Amino acid sequence: MRFRRPGPAPAADDVADAGRGIMLRGVSHRYGDRGVLDGLDLTLTEARIGVVGANGSGKSTFARLLNGLVVPSEGRVLVDGLDTRTQVRAVRRRVGFVFQDPDAQIVLPTVAEDVAYGLENQGVPPDERAARVAEVLDRYGLAGHADHPAHLLSGGQKQLLAIAGVLVMRPARIVFDEPTTLLDLVNARRVAELIAGLEQQVVVVTHQLDLLDGFDRVLVVDRGRVVEDAAPGPAVAAYRALMADR
Amino acid sequence: MTLALYVPRAGVVHRLPAGVKLLALAVLAAALFVLPTPTAAGAALLGTLAVGLVLARLPVAVLARQAWAVRWWLLALFVVHALTTDLRTGTHVALRLLTLVLAAAVVTATTRVSEMVAVVEWLCAPLRLVGVRPARVGLAIAMALRFIPVLVERADRIREAQAARGGSPRGVRALRATVAPLLVQVLQMAHDVSEALDARGADDVPPPRRRRRSPALEVPR
Repeated sequence: MRFRRPGPAPAADDVADAGRGIMLRGVSHRYGDRGVLDGLDLTLTEARIGVVGANGSGKSTFARLLNGLVVPSEGRVLVDGLDTRTQVRAVRRRVGFVFQDPDAQIVLPTVAEDVAYGLENQGVPPDERAARVAEVLDRYGLAGHADHPAHLLSGGQKQLLAIAGVLVMRPARIVFDEPTTLLDLVNARRVAELIAGLEQQVVVVTHQLDLLDGFDRVLVVDRGRVVEDAAPGPAVAAYRALMADR
Repeated sequence: MTLALYVPRAGVVHRLPAGVKLLALAVLAAALFVLPTPTAAGAALLGTLAVGLVLARLPVAVLARQAWAVRWWLLALFVVHALTTDLRTGTHVALRLLTLVLAAAVVTATTRVSEMVAVVEWLCAPLRLVGVRPARVGLAIAMALRFIPVLVERADRIREAQAARGGSPRGVRALRATVAPLLVQVLQMAHDVSEALDARGADDVPPPRRRRRSPALEVPR
């Protein structure tokens, strides 16, 4: 089944589609003279969406478009009708982002302080903040590490901490940029199970094709374009065929 | 390493406000210089140990590590003063430094970083008049504490990579070969961290007058 939609021009009535997912309309992006994404028109409403592609294909830029970390050079990205160009703060409250390297995402010295960071930015009162931090740490097996320095955690624990720091903010959607790339098999499986159990809409950029089992939709990105948009089976087959030709 | 010194306990010293502990540390430092006798320094050292080990219930190893870290400084101060003045002065100076190091360790081991940062923010509050945002100062300090060990680890990795390819781990050439890639990595990491701060709502921080940072995050267990 194909989900890809031909690209209508950005329209004012897109803004009325609150709660209807993430829309990319005529999206292109360039870094200087180098084009990395070209003419994307997508509507992302499925609960589990995977993104695969070769290194340098534009996957990470695509992921960063979804919560406004990157603003497109052309076109618009709308999250529940909110434009990432003009309403980026509201967008980021809706779309959490988990980075590939947790060391870059963990910004405060101890585990509990780091998890609380996003809540503090949202102005959540201290009592509620402490309760939510404790609940998330407990759920992800980090309760015993609340006061530990983050740099002493293992790689798997750091990635769990990075995810906990996003989940505690209760976003409606979460984008993962290669969340298992730096992990061993056990921790990669743990993160995969965690992702599978999330209630939120999830967009996962990955090279680990096993992670896409059970997903609703997979996009294959190549040279800045979505060249395949289908269920995991056919999309992964198309990706393998594409890479075999290189 | 002092950066990782906090030891969770439920004692009275842990419950004291960070500002009080830092003030007490400052008073102790001043007192050690006002009362220039080895006996006073020895008494202060015993008092510091009593507060750390009995009241705060810190492990002996925590304080021993800090004393061990400054052993050469203590020895050097003792020898220099013993040779240039007398044994009593050498003993006094060494005791004074040891007391201050251990007292600072007790404060650090019983105070969360967030509490320390809250004190710094409070001290910086008057700077709002000249446009400084105390919360940003606090965040910068907390992030420095967070990333110093990360950068040390990255530098170690670069040195290992060079050693694996036959490079010498010592000398000016090795230092130069470490600094350049480390600088590149630091810049890349700074970019990644700034993205992470954006993604986690750093720009959502309310205006300074409305913002009140809680002094400490007490996570229920």
